[in-house]
Amino acid sequence: MLRARIVPCLLMHDGGLVKTEKFRNPKYVGDPLNAVKIFNEKEVDELMFLDIDATRLGREPDYQRLRSIAVESRMPLCYGGGVTTAAQAAKIISLGFEKISVSAAALSRPALIAEMADAVGSQSVVVTLDVKRNALFGGYSIHTHNGRTKQRAGLLEFCGQAAALGAGEIVINSIDLDGTMGGYDLELARQVRESVDTPVTFVGGAGTPDHMQALIDAVGVVGAAAGSMFVFKGPYRAVLISYSRPARLG
Amino acid sequence: MIAIVDYGSGNIAAIANIYKQLKIPHAVTADARELAAAERYILPGVGAFDATMRHLAACGIVEVLQEQVVGRGKRLMGVCVGMQILAGSSDEGELPGLGWIPGHVKKIARDRASPPLRLPHMGWNSINLRGDSPIFGGVDSARGFYFLHNYYFHAADEADVIATASYGADIPCSVNRANIYGMQFHPEKSHANGTAIFRNFAGI
Repeated sequence: MLRARIVPCLLMHDGGLVKTEKFRNPKYVGDPLNAVKIFNEKEVDELMFLDIDATRLGREPDYQRLRSIAVESRMPLCYGGGVTTAAQAAKIISLGFEKISVSAAALSRPALIAEMADAVGSQSVVVTLDVKRNALFGGYSIHTHNGRTKQRAGLLEFCGQAAALGAGEIVINSIDLDGTMGGYDLELARQVRESVDTPVTFVGGAGTPDHMQALIDAVGVVGAAAGSMFVFKGPYRAVLISYSRPARLG
Repeated sequence: MIAIVDYGSGNIAAIANIYKQLKIPHAVTADARELAAAERYILPGVGAFDATMRHLAACGIVEVLQEQVVGRGKRLMGVCVGMQILAGSSDEGELPGLGWIPGHVKKIARDRASPPLRLPHMGWNSINLRGDSPIFGGVDSARGFYFLHNYYFHAADEADVIATASYGADIPCSVNRANIYGMQFHPEKSHANGTAIFRNFAGI
């Protein structure tokens, strides 16, 4: 049996890890290598690292840091941030990451998805979309550059296009629910899961293992990713890296 | 000494780090003389079938591995695409594989289940052991391993399949024929179960 994946999603900023709220107010939560060591001990399903500076500053991934993370990690790794070419993706795979995530670069040039699939295999190509609910007209819009740039592509259409081009996984990150810890947007999850035939992962809104179970109950075996839930503890959001998962997943 | 065959695959460093922590002698190498002197081999692999075969050929080490593993019977374990290239051929590519375990690498059929399977097969999957190969000693098969693949090893001889994973149907996920082993999942990214595989391989 394949199990749902419970995935800490960690944001890299200025060499450290941060956690944001609605993509703003990054708060320092620790050092990437230290986090990997803790998550190794907790036998975490998978880790996702997103460099939130790279695309905005137009710079390449920090290969040195990625190498040191990969050597230490006993769990599968996904990296996103600043990847614009298949050659960069292949380089990060060669450092020991299993999956490479693209967002802004794939939106501006969707052929990148097919080029990456050719270079590293579609199983390793992840398309991550940061989305906002449209207050007036309903539906969702895609944003890039840390939520600052609104894209014209329709969410479900682009999910389908990405899967057809060779994406092996679609990750949907809810900007509205980022850091709010009140539960996932289940309607968003349903729509996206039905629009593609690849694995999907959702991030944004999880505050407890029950929220993750509710997501799995609603849409089946998916990735349930979270940031705050794994780096904060208590009502005052004290920084504490931890890992808890729905009891039914064992 | 266990030689981790170094031909540019991404999972090499993680495998070497596991052996380092286990304090088991190992070397990451593509040097023909060093390879010839090794007792066992790990053949890693991430990426596409043809690209993997081309990299291996470009390193000029197919002959030395053939001589040591097929000729002299030294043990070898292929991991992920390193397992798939043990077969003679693959749906994914046109180049011949090593052909050391008779079989063909097939794409997982989406319609093996209803609703259709999502591909790639991604995540932690329990495994079903066939027989009691010592390579799986101490492994919690209910917890299983991390999988990330679209293709699987279809062994010509069913007896060579030593474990399967249920995803729609039973997909072969580990093969063994005489001194040669293959693991479709990623033991280097599968916590204690994965470490057990590497420890066991060093002792069998």
